[in-house]
Amino acid sequence: MSHIQQPQTSFWNDTGKTGITSWIFSTDHKRIGLLYFYSTFGFFLVGVLLGLLLRIELMAPGRTIMGPQTYNALFTVHGVVMIFLFIIPGFQGSFGNLVMPIQIGARDVSFPRLNLFSWWIYMIGAVVILTSLFTGGGPPDTGWTFYVPFSSRTGTNVSLAVLGVFIIGFSSILTGLNFVTTIHRLRAEGMSWGRLPLFVWSLYATAWVQILATPILAITLVLVAAERLLGTGLFDPATGGDPLMYQHLFWIYSHPAVYIMILPAMGVISDIIPVFSRKPIFGYKMIAFSSIAIAAAGSLVWGHHMYTSGMSDTAILVFSFLTFIVAIPSAIKVFNWVSTLYRGSISLEAPMLFALTFILLFSIGGLSGLILGAAATDIHVHDTHFVVGHFHYVIFGGSGFAFFAAMHYWLPKFYGRRYAEKPAILAWALMFTGFNITYFTMQLLGMQGMPRRYYDYLPEFATLNLVSTVGSWILAGGLLIMLINLFRGLWWGPPFEGNPWGGATLEWSIPTPPPTENFIEEPLVTHGPYDFKGTGIP
Amino acid sequence: MNSRLITTTEAVDPVFMFLFGACLLLLVGITAAMLFFIVRFHRSRAPRPTSTADNNLWLEIVWTALPTILVLAMFYYGWYGYLALRRVPPDALPVTATARMWSWSFSYPNGATSPKLFVPVGKPVRVELVSLDVIHGFFLPAFRVKRDVVPGMKNHVWFVAPKAGSFDLFCSQYCGTAHSSMISTVEALPEAEFAAWLKQGSSTTATRPDGRKLAQEKGCLGCHSLDGTPGVGPAFKGLYQSQVEVMRAGKPLTVTADEAYLKESIRQPEALIVKGFQPIMPADPDLTDEQLEALVEFIKGLK
Ligand code: HEM
Ligand SMILES: [Cu+2]
Ligand SMILES: [Cu+2]
Repeated sequence: MSHIQQPQTSFWNDTGKTGITSWIFSTDHKRIGLLYFYSTFGFFLVGVLLGLLLRIELMAPGRTIMGPQTYNALFTVHGVVMIFLFIIPGFQGSFGNLVMPIQIGARDVSFPRLNLFSWWIYMIGAVVILTSLFTGGGPPDTGWTFYVPFSSRTGTNVSLAVLGVFIIGFSSILTGLNFVTTIHRLRAEGMSWGRLPLFVWSLYATAWVQILATPILAITLVLVAAERLLGTGLFDPATGGDPLMYQHLFWIYSHPAVYIMILPAMGVISDIIPVFSRKPIFGYKMIAFSSIAIAAAGSLVWGHHMYTSGMSDTAILVFSFLTFIVAIPSAIKVFNWVSTLYRGSISLEAPMLFALTFILLFSIGGLSGLILGAAATDIHVHDTHFVVGHFHYVIFGGSGFAFFAAMHYWLPKFYGRRYAEKPAILAWALMFTGFNITYFTMQLLGMQGMPRRYYDYLPEFATLNLVSTVGSWILAGGLLIMLINLFRGLWWGPPFEGNPWGGATLEWSIPTPPPTENFIEEPLVTHGPYDFKGTGIP
Repeated sequence: MNSRLITTTEAVDPVFMFLFGACLLLLVGITAAMLFFIVRFHRSRAPRPTSTADNNLWLEIVWTALPTILVLAMFYYGWYGYLALRRVPPDALPVTATARMWSWSFSYPNGATSPKLFVPVGKPVRVELVSLDVIHGFFLPAFRVKRDVVPGMKNHVWFVAPKAGSFDLFCSQYCGTAHSSMISTVEALPEAEFAAWLKQGSSTTATRPDGRKLAQEKGCLGCHSLDGTPGVGPAFKGLYQSQVEVMRAGKPLTVTADEAYLKESIRQPEALIVKGFQPIMPADPDLTDEQLEALVEFIKGLK
């Protein structure tokens, strides 16, 4: 590093205080980032346990370890936890907070107190959701989609769960506002839009989706609660309502929400691949632009979840067409990432392995998405295990593996310690293998016609289900090794200093772990995020 | 029909083939390129990058244009195949499928009803989809057809069974506790056999209904057991003349399960809710008074 190292206290021990209050009331973006990381990742682990239980139940036909009502509650809670408590808040909250302000050369986000408040709202919402599991009529059993009229009639604790999701929505909106403002207002001198790291670009696109789409979810959920508590009858045909209106409202948010889940992941990948290839990202402008294009066009394709609903054929025509149009920017990104590898100098360290795996698994998920986007083929596979396989490929294989990539890439920077490389690669290999066994078989099951949200199944589906369950154990084994290795390294491992991977973005130019103020003096940015000439690495 | 009828399977499967083919090609291409680059330009072989190229307008144009053409083709074939699923042949036999939590019932123009969907081989069938409670999904994997059964909406599907046999019929839209056991079958019979079945089916419904058979067909047994094991609803065994704790209009009280109680519980399931159970049982507006009597007699007999 070129500039003089002044003695600076890292953000870990700046205040001298170490108690829990120095964390949960901190307005430092790095501390808030870690708060988000541990809370969202904690919920991820809870979700994984529930997922494994679901797979054990499906290991053989008939009752294996639980009854149907329990199964239905578990897949609902699994879905709600993974979607609303892990992947939607996860990327923005954890790595967005940890890294984004540093990457643009800022001291903090625009509204640090609002940032802390967002985390608190998130936690309150999470507690409300958890409360719904143990009180009233018991855990909700509607699926994470809360489709009416089932959700307005079931005696389980849907109202409270919906309230929790509603509260969390505010956290999402506020984080979105905070990030948009920060990216507009707090870029350091010389940090032009064309020099923004692609991770920041992706957060920017995501933030707009959060701001614009989340209010629709909020209103929809309020209406579901009103339906249950006041009998407003907007959605229930028995009272003159329209159940399809609910589905439209729900998906107007929830399709864009899949971009909240995937765009930051794409950003992480776009940052990691050039570093481990020692070569500038190929097609910077196209990748940045396609993030915006995906965010914009993605808000018009919600109807592809409703081809079988009884919606008009004209609507199906339009939504199918638009769905295929949105596929194009994603394809462009994949081509650009792969081309970045060409004539680079590639090192397959853990972050890179996870990033490359993202490309493969996301491609499989994306391509199976084309089968779901085409009207004729969707009819057969809609609401089957094909869909379960598809979205796990995209959200877990895509966003989840990108999350792991980010953990291996950035967490050492914030802890100043590192994990061991060999176990990380073993963990990756197990997870990659287990993942494909678990979810590819689900896609096959779906092709054979096994519906989703299925507690029990006919004997013809038994073999593949067993295979899938065994796959989930391999996956879980890999995950366990990853956890032990990563956290042991971060807490007790050898020091991690300087810029071992040779990143050219600003976070690699400051001390490790970063000082509270991030930068000694406001940085002057003179080169792009993937210009590796100045990094001191040959 | 003179020109041979294209079945729904024949309309959809080529689209699957085309899409899977194209996807496989893309996947293999992407994976092969990635693997090749990783091996060829691994740091052990390429200690430093040999290019700093960071864009190429022509490449970008090509790989925007080619996928655009490809996805438009996919869209078009997908749409074209879908139209075949929507174009009901004019001579299709009309059948009504009634879905409820958690059973299917099929009724024919001549008044016959059946828990299984009997159809003649080679003759198109148009199924009107009716739901008595929440949204269900009518799904025939073997014929690639699926349509949600939405309360208050008139949805339909059509299909034709090309050969005799029994084919799975699933509920594809999640509908609560016993969603995964809401299974029936399509029984495709040769035309003459089907005609005979239809005639006999319509005549048996005219005779005095059989309570046990009704309980089975109407889906009661999906929730109420005959052997006393607890289910989604209270067991039938030993129910008659027992003391039941119920909620009526929000107030708890204990009543004797006499004949009037049984009848009210079947006709207006939401009026009295037994303690510990969910208010989810649907009423069946098609249930005749005669059938009600038969059901009550049947339940009374289960000591
Ligand atoms: C080891 C990890 C995991 C396993 C074993 C697993 C397994 C499963 C299974 C068996 C189902 C239900 C299938 C059905 O009956 O329809 C399911 C549903 C689901 N999973 Fe996972 N899963 C895992 C991780 C994830 C992750 C990481 C996410 C997202 C971030 C996720 C999101 C979902 C969602 C949204 C549903 C749908 C719930 C619903 O139908 O309402 N899962 N998963
Ligand atoms: Cu969607
Ligand atoms: Cu169902």
